[in-house]
Amino acid sequence: MSPSHDFGIWVAALLTLCVFSFLYRDNPFYKFAEHLFVGVSAGYYIVLNFWTVIVTNLYDPLHTMFVKHQAPFAAQLGDYRAWLFVPGALGVLLFTRLFGKIGWLSRWALATIIGAYAGLKTTGFAQGDLVAQVQASLQPLWTGQIGSSLNAILFTIGLITSLLFFFFSREQKGALGAASRVGIGFLMVSFGAGYGYTVMSRISLLIGRFQFLLHDWLGMK
Amino acid sequence: MLAWLQKVDRRWIFLWMGLLVLEPLLFPVGFPIRVTRPAQMFADAVASIPDGSTVLMSCDYDPASRPELVPMHKTALRQLWDKHCKVVVTCLWPGGSGIVDETIREVHDEPAYRNLKYGVDWVNLGYKAGNEAVMVLMGQGVAGAFPVDYYNHSTSDYQALPIMRNVRDYSSFPMLVNISAGYPGTKEWVQQVNSRFHLPMVSGCTAVSTPEYYPYLQAGQLRGLLGGMAGAAEYELARKEKLGPATRGMDAQSLAHLFVALCIVLGNIVQRRRTPGSGA
Repeated sequence: MSPSHDFGIWVAALLTLCVFSFLYRDNPFYKFAEHLFVGVSAGYYIVLNFWTVIVTNLYDPLHTMFVKHQAPFAAQLGDYRAWLFVPGALGVLLFTRLFGKIGWLSRWALATIIGAYAGLKTTGFAQGDLVAQVQASLQPLWTGQIGSSLNAILFTIGLITSLLFFFFSREQKGALGAASRVGIGFLMVSFGAGYGYTVMSRISLLIGRFQFLLHDWLGMK
Repeated sequence: MLAWLQKVDRRWIFLWMGLLVLEPLLFPVGFPIRVTRPAQMFADAVASIPDGSTVLMSCDYDPASRPELVPMHKTALRQLWDKHCKVVVTCLWPGGSGIVDETIREVHDEPAYRNLKYGVDWVNLGYKAGNEAVMVLMGQGVAGAFPVDYYNHSTSDYQALPIMRNVRDYSSFPMLVNISAGYPGTKEWVQQVNSRFHLPMVSGCTAVSTPEYYPYLQAGQLRGLLGGMAGAAEYELARKEKLGPATRGMDAQSLAHLFVALCIVLGNIVQRRRTPGSGA
């Protein structure tokens, strides 16, 4: 065992222990780590976004355009970067929310963002999920092999009964009620699988922290 | 016993969980791991990429997903570099570009890959804000979407980044390898790129998002899927990597899962005894 000589690893290890101490009960060490995390994260993301979004996407192209071409529009040179003034102005408009009377101007920027993303999402969902998934769901029930045929039949029953569970235009009793109850069974299995995977994700985080403490901090290989 | 279970302090459960995770990390048990079909498909899909191709690898994660995604990221990178593929790395998570670069450097520092050169064998284009908009923009030109790389080299400067000479848009890549922690990630790549530009893709993702992506695997939109630490361990096994970080964590994972299952069973028994006839 040879503990790390790296100051950063010691800080990370002690903060990890501070966070773990919450499992016993709320305490000042945990509060300290929590507040430090929130503050550092906020500062980090502000700086990161300034340098990776504002500077690289807006300031640098506009600066290059003015320095190189000395004109806001140089389309004849294949330079269309002056259009960046438009998203730049829309970005500034978002801050008008801070000033009561002209706050409504921020809606222009929000409308642009929502409109663009709604368009992208809708077409993406239609192509990637709706059409492709419906297509993949239409499969032959008899494939020539017992195993895969049973799989296909089970899949089709699960699909139809789960969809029937979400059919609310008729009271769910009789045949519809029975089918929707079968659908609930399939949904429960999927929730169970989801829960199992979620547990695995969270345990992985714990394992990752323990591996860090044992290997990186305490030097136990 | 039942009375004790009804009043048990949850801190005992935390302590047991901690010990069950810690013990196999110190003294490995060696539970068997089997390579499941989605993980084998992932390894096979990457193996099917022609040697020497230029591959797009989008690493959409940040330090919070390190234990699950870094092991599979490293294994995928090794498999690609073993095939002499050139790798173009992008990141759509603001907090991810640093850890992604660190992960690539760690693999590069391994003896087998030390002779690979930045700008020739791989390039890290860094983080770009815009989520789906960036994906669509890359379809019109990768260099246009990422004017500079992580180290501020111009992506149009072929002296500094010769790898970019062969990179135009998605048609330049035979496959997309996506390492995804959530949004934006695999779902968005399938919707915006796989469906629209017909770029084949494989995904390695966090366990919590795996059930959401199985339909994409079943539909053939994904050529392979690695789910969380278990998927990463299976991939290490499929690649015959001995005692990778994910494989080493699987003993602890298995014991913790058994303990959670036991807690669920005991919790249900206690609840049923406490409220007889409620069915709860």
